[in-house]
Amino acid sequence: MAGNSPSSVALLNFFVFNTEYGPKEGEEHKKILYFYPPEVDLDTKIKRIGLSEAVVKFADTFSDKPCQSLHTQKARQVFFEPEPCFWMVMMASIPYKEKLKDGQVVTEYRDDYVQDSILESVLKQAYKMFKIFNGTFTTILMRANGEVESLKQRLDHFYSKYLLTLKLPQADILDVFNGIHFLPLDKNTYLRIQCFINSLEATFPFVKYTAFLYNEKLVWSGLEQEDMRIMYKYLTTSLFPAYMEQELQGTQNRPPSGIGHYGKFMTGPPDLSNDRNMGKLPRVFVNTEEIDEECYLMVYTALSATICMLVNVKSPLNVPLCRKLDTFLGPKMTKLATDISEQYSKRVAALNTTDPVFKYVYFNHMNLAQQTTVHIDLQKRSGVNIPPDILRLLGDINADLSRGNEDGETVVKTNSDYWVVGKKSDQREFYVVINQRNANLIEINEEVKRLCTTYLNSIFFLD
Amino acid sequence: MEDDNYYISLCKNPIRFEPFSKSNNVFFDDANKQVFAVRCGGAMGVIMKGPEEKVCVSFRMEDRGEIVSIKFSPDKRILAAQRYLKSVEFLNFQEDLTTDQQEYSQACKGRATEIRGFVWSSTNEIVFITTAGLEHYQVIPEKRTLRNLKTLSLQVNWYFWLASSSILLISSGTLGNILHPFQFKQPGVMTRLPKFEADLPAGPKPQKLSLLDRDVTMAVIYDHLYVVVLRHPLNASSGAEIVLYQLQKESPARKTDVLKLDMSGRFAINVVDNLIMVHHQASKTSVIFDIHLDAKSDGYVNYHYPVLSPLGIKPFKLLLPSVNMQAGIDKTEYNCELYSANWIVFQPDIVIDAKLGCLWTLELNLAPLVTMIPDKDKLIQFLLYRTDSKSVILSVCAQMLVPGKQASLQSLAKVYDMLNVTYKQFLDTETQASAGEASIRHVNSKVVIEQSDMFTHVFSVFEDYKDIKYKFVVAVLIEYIRSLNQFNIPVQHYLYELVINILVQNSCFYQLHQFLQYHVLSDSKPLACLMLSLESVYPPAHQLALDMLKRIQTANEEIIEVLLSKQQLLPAIRFIRSVGIVDNAQSRKFLEAALSTNDNMIFYTVFKFFEQRNQRLWANPRFQQGEHCDQYVKQFEALFGSESLMPLQPVQ
Repeated sequence: MAGNSPSSVALLNFFVFNTEYGPKEGEEHKKILYFYPPEVDLDTKIKRIGLSEAVVKFADTFSDKPCQSLHTQKARQVFFEPEPCFWMVMMASIPYKEKLKDGQVVTEYRDDYVQDSILESVLKQAYKMFKIFNGTFTTILMRANGEVESLKQRLDHFYSKYLLTLKLPQADILDVFNGIHFLPLDKNTYLRIQCFINSLEATFPFVKYTAFLYNEKLVWSGLEQEDMRIMYKYLTTSLFPAYMEQELQGTQNRPPSGIGHYGKFMTGPPDLSNDRNMGKLPRVFVNTEEIDEECYLMVYTALSATICMLVNVKSPLNVPLCRKLDTFLGPKMTKLATDISEQYSKRVAALNTTDPVFKYVYFNHMNLAQQTTVHIDLQKRSGVNIPPDILRLLGDINADLSRGNEDGETVVKTNSDYWVVGKKSDQREFYVVINQRNANLIEINEEVKRLCTTYLNSIFFLD
Repeated sequence: MEDDNYYISLCKNPIRFEPFSKSNNVFFDDANKQVFAVRCGGAMGVIMKGPEEKVCVSFRMEDRGEIVSIKFSPDKRILAAQRYLKSVEFLNFQEDLTTDQQEYSQACKGRATEIRGFVWSSTNEIVFITTAGLEHYQVIPEKRTLRNLKTLSLQVNWYFWLASSSILLISSGTLGNILHPFQFKQPGVMTRLPKFEADLPAGPKPQKLSLLDRDVTMAVIYDHLYVVVLRHPLNASSGAEIVLYQLQKESPARKTDVLKLDMSGRFAINVVDNLIMVHHQASKTSVIFDIHLDAKSDGYVNYHYPVLSPLGIKPFKLLLPSVNMQAGIDKTEYNCELYSANWIVFQPDIVIDAKLGCLWTLELNLAPLVTMIPDKDKLIQFLLYRTDSKSVILSVCAQMLVPGKQASLQSLAKVYDMLNVTYKQFLDTETQASAGEASIRHVNSKVVIEQSDMFTHVFSVFEDYKDIKYKFVVAVLIEYIRSLNQFNIPVQHYLYELVINILVQNSCFYQLHQFLQYHVLSDSKPLACLMLSLESVYPPAHQLALDMLKRIQTANEEIIEVLLSKQQLLPAIRFIRSVGIVDNAQSRKFLEAALSTNDNMIFYTVFKFFEQRNQRLWANPRFQQGEHCDQYVKQFEALFGSESLMPLQPVQ
């Protein structure tokens, strides 16, 4: 690849509309529920939405599956209908670079740089993230007695901030999986955590659901899988980093409230001696026991251990109660965190003894467990260990394997002498990147087999 | 109920004997637990009743003076009786307890010596305790003589003999508090253990006997031998204490425990089921101490308080022949006076009323204790050390789960941990025993509550009370499983099944999934099958089951079955290839499953796969006779034509 590297993929439009609204000519603007960027004139908004609606309707006649994406030379659009008649559309620019050809500047668009599957998952994630903090579009409308304006406000309030944090160029295969990192833990420690949570929920019955994390890895969730999936995303990509930054800057340093323990509230009262300040307490909508149940999300942390407690908004919550919680949680969480850390450091040390020449990504659709050594840290803050084209290749193989329901395997050798192997068995996917010059297919096959037996020996994963 | 209010009672059927009177002397030999009623020095007959006798044994002796002490040898073949200060007389008995009435006698040594008493140290050995020391004799009944084995000089104030441990304790010294223990473990051998000094109350010590025999006794408590000393307070304002000295082999007895009584006056001490039971005559109450319960310690000595506040013994009614015959009732109920002045207690658990002619053993009733000890940790700790407490413990554990009386999870956790400590010790000794190790020791005589007991008697509560919240049920079971795991006790499948059923009934599949993910529920074929059956309600169960089967490693057949039943032919073939069992695979099963897919391509592929296998194995692509594949070969021919079969290789 000669010359400058191409521009990166960027968000062009993001809009939400309802096909049922404003059916009459001249009322098309009523369809618009949210539009990014907001400064675009109404006419363009209407045209964009009109085109999308037309494409969706048109495609509908050819397939029972809804329209997914629209490819053009300069842009890519993905469509998603999260609730009946509500459509979400995201449009991203295709990276390009300018080349001199025969003395003329030619713009070369790299359509292969943008992957449908990844854009689609980013769009779906955007919806789910909205939903967990606001409930479904339908619920919002229902609560506002069909007043569309309130839905518009909510959408605007949420997406105007959310879209700013969207990092499209960094989206990759992990966004497709949108999985959960689980903490490997021995049975006894796990049972202790389990009993601790049971005891917490029994002592404080207003704590309805709980999730326990250590080092941003999940240990236990009392929420349903889908709720946990999006909650996990929020915690690891938004709440934890923001809290960490706050702690580092020391702007709002919350000293541990108790003596002899390190526990403190991450969300909730910043100062337990002040009865009047409940602090910031996010509200979330979960679907574990009932649909769109509104709960306070109270997060408490001690050392590297974090516990999320969901409290139904109907239950009274005040600082004295939080003090009681703190007395209960502080010492126990501190002890658990210390014990886990001992075990955890041993495990990490054992894994790091050999620096493997390969990198892998693993995902299990059944429990959403994902693992990666392709990424330097779990939340993609420090980048990746492999070249961007190889990372894109992983996304492509994944899209290929997802198409059919059959198990399968794909082996690719790249120009840059990388071998990339993608395997799918039942509901699991395993991708290996091996940088080994002069290796042949048989050797790579053997190597992958060996990896499977070392890393996946306790599960039913077919070669 | 009356029974609920008393936890100490007298046994239902006391041994009855003729009450003490002018003409009738009563003796009790606590070594053999025999009561002797001696009439007129034996001339009018001696009646003996012991725990082994169904009826009273009676015999006659010549009246040669008043009998002071009378005791059978342990095998009841020699009777020793003391009438005079300086000698003991012997009488031989036949097996049927008849006697020839020919007495022989043995005098003690020394002119000024007097015999204070005697004890049978073994079947035919006797020890005289004299004012000047000990005289150890062997009795030779055939020759009607005794042979002196050993004589030991020692100033003796009084003695105590604990037959069950063959320990003789001698009080010596002016104050009487120098105590010498002697052990008679083997016949003919007298072992002197290190002497020790019992503490006397602080303050000026009068130069007279201060430690009296009525304040000292010995007992075996939790497999250790103790000298139990009652220490009266100096003034009435403070309470008496009981001091326990644990006998040691190599060193002087060690003061280990002090029991605080908070009362003063006359006390009597018994030991029942390793509990020290102290009766207080003035208040007509008793208290119990358990030295294994938590106590305050100063680093050397543990200070105990009574397990419960003082309480009387349960009233006892005796049926006596009626004096009033006119009423037409030949028997009347008589309320026995408890804590009577006529009571004498013997170790370990005997109470005698000589005037009434009754011998009782004391009994501990556990059921009333349950409500008297509200602290469940303490209660279970206490019950675990009692014999026959299993059913009470189980009912307490069950009660802790009943709605309205539900204990906190923290409290349950503590109780389960206590149960499982003992359970683990028991399992360990069991494995040692099965490994052929000779020394099988009892688990500190503690009661063992096994998983099966918990399952049938405690967790069955969940069946009886449908209104218990499933969350609590799961929490309790997980708490119990955690405790078992913490003590490395393998968890039985039925407990898992219980947890799984409850989770499934309440559709908590994701939680179940997480339990399996962390191997909280251990792998097993039954569990895998259970998971397979859940697939229709929770699809990921299929994957969990397959993973489990794979980890079990001996479940290849089951894995094949699962895959074939889901018509996953190619994965099944890949699987048998990966584990190297292609050669033994039942081709018929595969072909049958392939055909049922109605996918000709699949059928073709599977058929070809086995043709190749046949070729490799037998140099012939055809199926062997025993494989019963003829119908599939026909099917194949019908579908693809016989020319599609792999041609036979010409024989070279």
